Formats: sequence, C-alpha cells, structure tokens
Amino acid sequence: MKPVSHAFKDNAKQALADEPLRRALGGIKHGFVANRAKARAKLPEFERLRDEARAVKEHTLAHLDLYLEAYEKKVTETGGHVHWAATAADARAAILQICQAAGAKTVTKGKSMVGEEIAINEHLEAAGITPVETDLGEYLIQLRHEPPSHIIAPAIHLNKGQVEADFRREHTDLPDNRVLEEPAQLVAEARAVLRKQFLAADVGITGANLLIAETGTSVIVTNEGNGDLTQCLPRIHVVITSIEKMVPTLEDANTILRVLARSATGQECSTYTTFSTGPKRDGDPDGPDEYHVVVLDNGRSEMLGGQFHDMLRCIRCGACMNHCPVYGAIGGHAYGWVYPGPMGAVLTPSLIGIDEAGNLPNASTFCGRCEAVCPMRIPLPKMMRHWREREYEKGNTPAFYKLSLKAWAYAAKNPRLYQTLTGLLIPLLARFGSKGRFRSLPLASGWTRYRDLPAPQGKTFQQLWRAKEMRS
Amino acid sequence: MAGKNQAISTPTVGLFVTCLVDLIRPSVGFAAVKLLEEAGCRVEVPQSQTCCGQPAYNSGDKSDARALALNTIAAFEGFDYVVAPSGSCAGMLKHHYPELLGDDPETAERANKFAQKVYELISFLVDVREMKAVSAAFEANTTYHDSCAGLRELGIKKQPRELLASVKGLTLTEMDEAEICCGFGGTFSIKYPDISNAIVEKKTGNITASKTTCLLAGDLGCLMNMAGKLSREGKRVEVRHVAEVLAGMTDTPAIGQGDEGTQ
Repeated sequence: MKPVSHAFKDNAKQALADEPLRRALGGIKHGFVANRAKARAKLPEFERLRDEARAVKEHTLAHLDLYLEAYEKKVTETGGHVHWAATAADARAAILQICQAAGAKTVTKGKSMVGEEIAINEHLEAAGITPVETDLGEYLIQLRHEPPSHIIAPAIHLNKGQVEADFRREHTDLPDNRVLEEPAQLVAEARAVLRKQFLAADVGITGANLLIAETGTSVIVTNEGNGDLTQCLPRIHVVITSIEKMVPTLEDANTILRVLARSATGQECSTYTTFSTGPKRDGDPDGPDEYHVVVLDNGRSEMLGGQFHDMLRCIRCGACMNHCPVYGAIGGHAYGWVYPGPMGAVLTPSLIGIDEAGNLPNASTFCGRCEAVCPMRIPLPKMMRHWREREYEKGNTPAFYKLSLKAWAYAAKNPRLYQTLTGLLIPLLARFGSKGRFRSLPLASGWTRYRDLPAPQGKTFQQLWRAKEMRS
Repeated sequence: MAGKNQAISTPTVGLFVTCLVDLIRPSVGFAAVKLLEEAGCRVEVPQSQTCCGQPAYNSGDKSDARALALNTIAAFEGFDYVVAPSGSCAGMLKHHYPELLGDDPETAERANKFAQKVYELISFLVDVREMKAVSAAFEANTTYHDSCAGLRELGIKKQPRELLASVKGLTLTEMDEAEICCGFGGTFSIKYPDISNAIVEKKTGNITASKTTCLLAGDLGCLMNMAGKLSREGKRVEVRHVAEVLAGMTDTPAIGQGDEGTQ
C-alpha cells in the first residue's frame, strides 16, 4: 500500500466528519478497554508478568543474531525452509517464487500485519494469483479494497449495515432475498463462502505472533480458527514474519502469550493458539507438505541498539491504540499506512521515513496512556519525542511554528527580558479580555476556532509578588 | 521517607510558578503560597524563573530545552524543595530534566540531585508535609479531572481528593473517564486543533453528564482548554484550579469568566 501518512491532517479531518466511524470507535471503550481492565484485575501477577515479558524480549534482542541462527537450524532440521528477506521486495519475491513453483492459483491468508507491510496481496494479484483473506475482519476490508484500521481488529471501523451491503454486492451467487440482519447471519455467510476457499487453496499464508528458537516453531493466536484451516489444508504453508518476533524457548513464548491476549482482547488466552513446527511428518494425520518461513528485516536490524530499539519489543497487541485519545478520535486509516496509533507513530517513520510520516509522532498529546498499558513497557511518548527531535534537526519543523518557538525560547532564556515583555504585554491583553475570555485572537485561531481562550487576570504573578515584597 | 522529611521543620520551598500561572492566573500562585505556608514552609519565588521548557522539549528543540532546564536548575537548586502547582511542569522538572541533561555527567548529576527535590503542589502537601485537611469552605458540587502528567508521571490521584474531602460544603462526584486526556497536550492543541477539539468535546460531555457545577484540576493548561470549550458550548460550569479551592481563595472569577461572575 502506498503510504498517505503525509496527508495525515486531511485524513484526520475526514475521519472526524465520519459519524459511523466515530460511533464504531466509541465502542472500543466498552470492549477492548473494559475487557483488558478486567483481565488485568483478575491476575495479581500481571505487572510482574509484564516485567518478565519485557526481560524475555530484551534478552532476545541483545542476542538476536544467535537466536535467528539457532531458529533457522531448527527449522531446517524439522524439514522446513527459512527465507531471509532484507527488504519488503525480497519478501514478496520469495513468497511469489514459492507460490509459482507450486503452480498456485488461489492462496488463503491468515491475518498478518507483516503481510500488509510488504503488500503481498497486490503482488500476488499482479502475478495472476488470487489471495483470499480468511480472518473475518481482513476478509471484510479485502472486499472493500481498504487497508486495516487496527492491528488486531482490522475492520473495527465498519458497522453491520456496511458489511451487509458489501456481502450483497460481492456474493452475487447467493439469493437476493436472504436475511442478513444479525451478526450471526453475516458470520455464517462469510464462513460458507470461505469454506470453499480453504478447500481450493494451493498455498496458505499466515503471519506469526512468535518464533521459538529452541524448537524452530512459529506461533499464531486467533479467535476464528481460520489460521489453522489456512495452514493445515493447503499443500504448502508459508509463514510471513519479521526478525523481532523471536523468543528463545517455549517457556518464554508462554510468558509473552499470557500478557498478549490479556492486553489485546482481555482474554486469558486466545481461542486458538497454534504452534507449527515443520511440514507434516510421517504418521501425522494432517499438515502441509512444505513449510516455509519468510523472515523480514525491512529496517528492523537498524533499530537495534538505537533510539528506537525498545520498539522492537512490540508484540502487536493493540492496547496502545485502544487507549489512545487521538486514535479514539480519528481511527486507524488517518495514519495513512499499515501501523496506526502510538505504536504506528513510532514504527512507521522507522519503516517508511520521517519525511512521509512526520505528522504521526507529532499527533500525540503525550498523555502517556499508551505507555501505561503497553505490556512490554515500551516508552512510546519518549520515542515519539525522539522523532520530533530528528525532524527538528532535519529542518522539517514548519517555518512559522519554528520562528514562534525560537522567539519564545529567546525570551524565556533571558529572564529579565522575559519579565519585562510579559509585564508589558499581559496586563494589556488582560484589558482587552475584560470578559475573562477571548472568542477570537490574532495568531491563536487554532485555539479559538473551537474554544474560548481564557484571558489573563491582570498583572503577572511576578509583578504582583514583587509589589507585595516591596510593601512588606 | 516521612521521617526524613520531618527532619526539616520549616523547609524553604522555591515556588516554580509555571509560565501559565504567572501570565494567565496569578491567583493560583498566591493560593499555592498560602497552602505551602499553612503546611509550615517558607516560600520564595526566584525572579529568574521563566518556563520549564516543555514547548521546546516536546517540539524537538533540545538545545533550547536544555538551556531552559539549566536556567531553572540554577534558580532553584539552593532550596530544600521545589514545588509547582502543575503536574505537567513538575513532571518535566522531575523526570525529563535528568533525561534531557543525562548525556553530560556533570549536568546529569545536577539534574538528578535537583529532581529529588521537585514535587507537584498537592502531592507535596499530602505526601511530604502530611497535610490531612484544609480549613477552606466552598459550597459546590465538584468533579475532578486527573491531568495526564500528574497522574501517570507522578502518581497523583488520591492526594487532591483527600484534601478536597475536608473542604466544608464541597461534594465531589466522579465523572466518567476522569483519567482520560482532555486533548490539550500543549502545542498539540494548536498543531492539531481539529483532533484536540474532538477530544475535549468528549471531556466536556463527561463533565456535563456528571451533573456537577464546578470542575477542578491541578494543571492550568488542561483547565484553560476545558474552560474554553465549556464556555464556547455555553455550558455553565465553574472551572478552577484545585489550589484555589483548597486555599479558600475562590472570590476571584473562575477561569474564563469575567468580573460578572460565573452565572
């Protein structure tokens, strides 16, 4: 997908005017947020578990080269193939080659954010291969040719009526007079349509929530079971994933899984947690004949050890966006690429550049709720600030804004000048704002377009304090 | 901790007024002085203070932010404590100065030493000075907004509620989502006014739904944002800094209100 992050302000404006979207986003509070809070309250050791999960990832990242090699060795031993992909293009090429070698016509897909990142669907389509998303949310947005608007609930922006309309438009072989009012009816229809695709697929592509070095295993967590059908029924299973998904052991995977589901949906454990190790062995009742893992770097190894290193701990639970007031106001599409919300505001500039994604780390109130709920304790606001520093150093800060900032800073760095200037200006301003507020004020239109601006009371505190000191 | 603090019977507190209180609402500064004196402190107000530097820091301008941080530290490091009537500015002094000045061992040590003395006003009164009650009276049904930096950087939640419970005539009704950002975010409110507006609209909705007549908080930036939105919406809610109420200094017009009063 071609990023439209540079148009963030316009995207946000559109989103704010989209009433159905605002209603859909309003539901997050009663769903993900409330459920996470309940799950956390039920597990006394949750905070300790967060520390443990964080430590697992920190250890892994510190020795990532070793664990990646150990992982590859295990995958190979169990009969699978690891394909290292330095860039998105490398990953696309590797997957296409596997599909073409198999003569694939239809490819089923489990949900994968890395798949979105490398835009694998478009690539397969261009080569005459039909990718079919099998996660319900992904299926819905595929019908609409839209990107996901949330990393675990890709169609969170849609409502029932929109889904019904899409199904009636797309599923033309079904009777026109069928009833599609209840969510259950919509789900049943999607299941029936997808069932045929599962059986027809030549290749199944899934993502991976975790990779386990000691066993060469990839792990997916889903709630629909679509991932299992995607990876077990076709002859070939391709895992598309990225280097930072690694953990050393099964035990470590368990630690991460315990915080992942709770942070994401408030479940103790997702409905399906599936461990895949190699292709079908002799005597196995099912499983693929071939098992491939495409491991993407795409700029991640450059983040190791740098200012954005901590971002590599992210386990893609979505808690940061669920709790973000900005995401809650505008939704995910406004962010203009694959990863929205606070985690996207940090990761997107790393992956597609700060020139394209500069707005993202700026569009935060730094309220800190994202960091407070992040199971991996990623200091998201701090890293957004680092992006702002880089932008400032690059000279990307808008000229008028920078000039105002510089003028203010110059005065603030010279206390005497500052006291003199404010001592003159503030009482003057107070006189114009005798009603206690301004309905409009030159240079403050960004504020007064929507709000009144409370006026100064009169003299500054410093003036009053000095006068008081003189009297006493 | 308490024992150590009690060792200083009459500590000298440097009041970090904060630029917004200095310029927009000096009455909050005087309320802070009164409360600190009631808590047995001697208060001084260094004239060389200006702003904590957050606008520069959060805009990526590290060199100006550093210069302002060093200016603040120089003005205040001689006091027993540094107290600010703002969680946001206190958080900047306490948590972000050490980070901002951490590259150079010399400034790092100064910033760390300084940070240990820094407190937000209400938490200082309750946690350090062990204030349990105030002598103020204020007839109002109030609600309290937990400003983000105070809540999440400094753990301020119970302290203002504890002291408010002792104000005669005051009742406190919690609003829904009291802990969610009001959409101010400093320069955010000017850089992204549309989004900021959508967030503050939710907040004023929650304030109105609480059916209270007075909104309190501990940060003037957030208060100005919410008061400005409430008055634009024509909602009659009296908005005040919590220090004014605790100090019994509520005869000044509320935030965003003129001499005609709040009604």
